[in-house]
Amino acid sequence: MFRERFAPVAYLLLTAALLAVMVLCVCAGNQPIPLRETRAVFFGGEVSEANRSILVNVRLPRVLCVALVGASLSLCGAAMQGLLRNPLADGSTLGVSSGASLGAVIALAFGIAVPGLPHAGTMVTAMLFAFGSLALILSLAWMLDRSLETNSIILIGVIFSMFASSMMNLVISFAGERIKSITFWTMGSLSGSRYDYALILAVSLLVCGGVILLHARELNAFAVGEENARHIGVNVRRVKLTLMIAVSVLIGVCVSVGGTIAFVGLVTPHMARLIVGPNHKRLLPASLFSGAIFLLLADLAARTILRPRELSIGVVTSLVGAVAFTLILRFRRKGADGDA
Amino acid sequence: MLEIEHLTVRYGRRTVLRDCSLRVGEGEWWMLVGPNGAGKSTLIRAAAGAVPCEGELRFEGEDLTRMKPARRARLIGILDQHNTSSYDYSVEEIVGLGRYAHRGMLGADPRGDEAVERAMRETGMTGLRRASVLSLSGGERQRAFLAQVLAQDPRLMILDEPVNHLDLPYQQAIFTLIADWLRKPGRAVLSVVHDLSLARCWGTHAMVLRGGECLARGRAAEALRDGILREAYGMDVGAWMRDQLDVWKE
Repeated sequence: MFRERFAPVAYLLLTAALLAVMVLCVCAGNQPIPLRETRAVFFGGEVSEANRSILVNVRLPRVLCVALVGASLSLCGAAMQGLLRNPLADGSTLGVSSGASLGAVIALAFGIAVPGLPHAGTMVTAMLFAFGSLALILSLAWMLDRSLETNSIILIGVIFSMFASSMMNLVISFAGERIKSITFWTMGSLSGSRYDYALILAVSLLVCGGVILLHARELNAFAVGEENARHIGVNVRRVKLTLMIAVSVLIGVCVSVGGTIAFVGLVTPHMARLIVGPNHKRLLPASLFSGAIFLLLADLAARTILRPRELSIGVVTSLVGAVAFTLILRFRRKGADGDA
Repeated sequence: MLEIEHLTVRYGRRTVLRDCSLRVGEGEWWMLVGPNGAGKSTLIRAAAGAVPCEGELRFEGEDLTRMKPARRARLIGILDQHNTSSYDYSVEEIVGLGRYAHRGMLGADPRGDEAVERAMRETGMTGLRRASVLSLSGGERQRAFLAQVLAQDPRLMILDEPVNHLDLPYQQAIFTLIADWLRKPGRAVLSVVHDLSLARCWGTHAMVLRGGECLARGRAAEALRDGILREAYGMDVGAWMRDQLDVWKE
């Protein structure tokens, strides 16, 4: 009841926090921009041309991409944790993330490019590999038990991830001079963010995120148990397939834009669950906010801690995520002991 | 109501249920009994559409294997033997899930709140409505999930060990509750029980299974005879149960 009453307040607080963090991330960086000038860019006023250029051409598209990637990864994590009834699941559990990474690494290593669109090669290849991976994983799971059992999908997903990682290492060993950019990319980076990337991310989140949000009731049923979901009338196979496709597309787009960013999809849904509870009607929207805020702060840390050097965002999310996850587990255990 | 004809279930090459037929009529409470591995839970899983099967499964003439899941859930409510959750949903949320199949396109369910309240009241869970399902005892959890089935408002209840984990007062309360529920017209119950006394006392009909085959079916008093039970369990069940009762005689 506390959580139900708290939910509207929580959304207000999360919205305010997201806006505040976005403003902070736009202002802070290698070249700090005063809040006054940031406000002037949007609402008119005096601002130096250099700062305007940094803000409009670099900071703003980056902040938008980071927020959208964070929100998407977190939403996918929350959906997968519910769907697979596994608190350790996230968008990468299916193996699609590894597939997309393999595609991107191949594109980077062999210089695959789309004529006229110099940066689109990596993105398109990553997306194609994400779809191909999902098709392969679901086909293999279907061949295994003819019923798309969750355990079969997880098993095939884990095996496929290992296979994709091995293939990635093989490709990297032939990458020659491009190895540095590949390594940086595989650890996650949103430094080359652009408005068109943000648009692609926003459309993907709108469509796939919309599909996921519309399945909140079904996710509640799955989170209690797949058999229970079947008993209360959920079309288990159709819902599972729909959600997996939505998650895969979203993960594929995120990986193609920002590389593999670990821990966001795993940790932030747990943070949201601590605030609004496990009911997906409240959890999914809260995960969107918490994912965006978490990744924005991680990105801010990545580009400011060792200024002027920039860390990979994945390094920061892994370091912070591991500590945060341990604290969350400890908090939940204490809560459970308290309940008992 | 429920018609099962020549039902066969195979897990790989192993046949776990062979050529079983059963007709559950209105007002009947069928007890599925038999030793472990007899195929009782498999029969229930097949009726739930959870396992592929051969043969025919119909509800009042309608093919259950082709029925939409939501329609099937409005007709048949199923309580599993083991019910858990990985996340700390409240009892009210668990019971509310039972209304899933009754919601319209926009999620409207005018009778939903009333059905959930009634189900919680009947199972004695109203006082625990805000409690996390993870903090409940085994018996309380079983009652919460039974309340979910009641909130589902089905016409046929399929119950796999419904009094599993429950102490004696709750066993009595739950069986009385199910018997009361059954009194309304157009309803029936099919349940798996291990306790043959409960099967004999509460069941109107019984089906005895062994090794995936039906040994006997019919009125409880006829199907649960000494000879059939001896064949099913490989022991003198009647003598064993009478010995147990003798302990209580002065």
